[in-house]
Amino acid sequence: MISLIPRERQVGWAVWAVPALSILAAFIAGGVVLGLAGVSPLVAYGELLSDPFGSGFGLTETLVKATPLILAGLAVLLPARMKLWNIGAEGQLQLGAIGASYVALFTPLGHSPVAVPAVILAGMAAGAAWCLVPAALRAWLNVNETITTLLLNYVALLWVDYLIYGPWRDPANRGFPLSATFPPAARLPVLIPGTRVHLGLLLALVAAGAVWLVLTRTRWGLEIRVIGDNPEAARYAGISLVRNTLLVMGAAGALAGLAGVGEASAIAGRLQQGLSPGYGYTAIIVAWLARLNPVAVLLVSVLLGGLFLGGDALQISLGLPIAMVNMLQGLIFFFVLGGDVLVGSRVAIGRRGAGRPRPGGS
Amino acid sequence: MTPPPSAVEMRGITKRFPGLIANDGVNFELARGEIHALLGENGAGKSTLMKILYGFYQPDEGEVRIRGMPVRFRSPRDALASGLGMVFQQFMLVPSLSVTENVLLSLPRSGVRLDRGEASSRIRALAVRYGMAVEPAARVWQLSVGEQQRVEILKLLARGAEILILDEPTAVLTPQVARDLFSTLRRLAAEGRAVVIITHKLSEVMAVADRVTVLRGGRHVATVETARTTPRALARMMVGRESFDQLTRDAVPVGPEVLAVEDLRGLNDRALPALRGISLAVHAGEVVGVAGVAGNGQRELGEIVAGLRRPTGGRVRIDGRDRTHTTVLEVLRSGVGHIPEDRLAMGVAPNLSIEDNLLLKDYRAPEFGRGPFLDRRAVRRHASRLIAEFGIRTPDPRNPARTLSGGNLQRLILAREIANRPRLILAFHPTRGLDVGATETVHQMILSQRRAGAAVLLISEDLDEILLLSDRIAVIYAGALVDTVRAGDVTVEELGLMMAGVRGPAVEGEGPS
Repeated sequence: MISLIPRERQVGWAVWAVPALSILAAFIAGGVVLGLAGVSPLVAYGELLSDPFGSGFGLTETLVKATPLILAGLAVLLPARMKLWNIGAEGQLQLGAIGASYVALFTPLGHSPVAVPAVILAGMAAGAAWCLVPAALRAWLNVNETITTLLLNYVALLWVDYLIYGPWRDPANRGFPLSATFPPAARLPVLIPGTRVHLGLLLALVAAGAVWLVLTRTRWGLEIRVIGDNPEAARYAGISLVRNTLLVMGAAGALAGLAGVGEASAIAGRLQQGLSPGYGYTAIIVAWLARLNPVAVLLVSVLLGGLFLGGDALQISLGLPIAMVNMLQGLIFFFVLGGDVLVGSRVAIGRRGAGRPRPGGS
Repeated sequence: MTPPPSAVEMRGITKRFPGLIANDGVNFELARGEIHALLGENGAGKSTLMKILYGFYQPDEGEVRIRGMPVRFRSPRDALASGLGMVFQQFMLVPSLSVTENVLLSLPRSGVRLDRGEASSRIRALAVRYGMAVEPAARVWQLSVGEQQRVEILKLLARGAEILILDEPTAVLTPQVARDLFSTLRRLAAEGRAVVIITHKLSEVMAVADRVTVLRGGRHVATVETARTTPRALARMMVGRESFDQLTRDAVPVGPEVLAVEDLRGLNDRALPALRGISLAVHAGEVVGVAGVAGNGQRELGEIVAGLRRPTGGRVRIDGRDRTHTTVLEVLRSGVGHIPEDRLAMGVAPNLSIEDNLLLKDYRAPEFGRGPFLDRRAVRRHASRLIAEFGIRTPDPRNPARTLSGGNLQRLILAREIANRPRLILAFHPTRGLDVGATETVHQMILSQRRAGAAVLLISEDLDEILLLSDRIAVIYAGALVDTVRAGDVTVEELGLMMAGVRGPAVEGEGPS
């Protein structure tokens, strides 16, 4: 007999050890699948880890992938702290890229000395506006934001397609569906010369710190936490649900939009398809693995960013499909959520009937 | 032949939780064939002791014997196997299944084949034998709370439980249904089973228990036969001092009108008329009690005044300013403290810290930070001051509010709502579910606010409380005012009649003077 007994008190080490062991377990389970696919798990994991974490350059590439994950992860985390489920970071990221591209390519600001801040603000504003649509529906009409944010992702992707196949297609690209390249003034500067690590990483670190500060040290953060814990208590304290829904979702959209700015302006240098290999969805995993802690988001983003990068290596050197990486992501998520049970409970095995007194006596 | 050993013997039980000792060397003995009450205030360690007996917790020290044999239960499963059974306040039933199915589910290894027919007739036989009216084929969601409790007891009896523990069994029952439960318990005891009821209600102890063990602050105070004690003596043991009925309502000069409600109309949650034109006024230094049977509009009245519900007609004025169509925030800023009807559902954010909860209404104030930022040190100082001043018992103000006992939680809410010296206090069922000691504290706080010149609107179903605290009593029935009377001019019986809609002969009390 195996049974779960709730722990009477939180065990300090379990909070960290259980997620670590859960990730290990996910890799072991993933190894079985890799083995079935005819690949030695050890070789595959060697490839998977050596690229992102094995060299200095690999490490900077991991940071490049971690940048949008941090920002999109925060875009999921912040609304989740007041029990709003933003599944739309992917779409908000695309809108960020559209907003940045518009300012960079079609306004005089793109060539001006303030091109970089203009591009950043435009992308954030576009992401925020995109997220405010489901936020307004939720705030005033109580429409489920999980569904609307998710569905708007597909709409956002279609907008990108429309623009690059249509009005924004650059004839110089000989028919490829790509926009023109950003003017140099409108490209986010590279932080470490010779790498692709860009200003977005710095902004992501600042954003994580800001979200932490807002949640723990501000009056607004207290409002968010009260709503998240007990909306009735918030109503009783005169905290406006409508106002906070709009503010928090707007901020979330801006953060995801900033991720899109980085991908369009620093990495691709234009608007195109495939700017994000699903950062906005992985962001959901990031936020939950980080237990909705904005500082932990940094760590988790580096881990999952490395997984994205290692996935590329798996495809190239072992000919494995990208689905293998998705599977590993899924397994990690699955095992860590499952492991949560163990933080709150302990497992009792066997011992059935132990302590049962012998019948007898009088 | 030696006398048969006790059903349960617990010796020197000690249980520590982070920051507090829930049980400190407690002894408890339960004889066969008796109903034994475990009496104590909230947080006295009653539930902890019984959860140890039931294998839910393991004691840090001490010994448990069942029928003379030492045992160490590792989980409730072990306890069930030894013939113990516990009925919790929250029932553990599957609503969509029938009574029979729920009972069968609870049986150990009942096998693959479920013989519903045979099971039903056995359950019916058990129910009849112990005087519990319940239909085996009925679905649990169709049952009343009292019937669901019977199903829980049947589950234990079907397992052959010899020792039954009931946690606050009457908290959710009407007096009539509670009497039925007591007669069932007596039949069980008469057959040699042993019953423990955890309670803080003295009347219940006197009505049903053979013996009573009193706990206070995690320690064993006394075990006595109910026939040889009085409610007053028990209360003294439970609280540790004698200070009841000493509350005095000094003559306080009545000040200007603070709350004025005129011809107020409103709807309930089902959009049916709940208030049909109510008028009343509360003055500074005055407690006005609203008495009525639950569901006659008092809840809607309270919510409209608090800004939580929109009226459909009439007017509300606070300190002369119109607050008819208002917001919670505006009411709050008018200097109104609000002790909500449902403390857990509305009064606190349970997973936030005690200090954050103490700040729930005040976090906007400039003294708690600059601009958007909160000054954590000022917040901590504020919390420490209120915790000390209002006697909130907690090892650490950073602990989540849900770790507080019922009485301490109410202290937290009172501290928060009273600290700013409100002009008007809305006290809705302020002592519901509290024990004697905590109730007394709450009453004292309300009266001291009255002395300090606050106006108090008190809504309560406890007529003793209404009579004890109020200067004037407004009786409402079916959403309309039956009468407003001075508290001294009316008896409980007269109030009861008026609550049934019969206009009393009592004095018209339109004004305070």
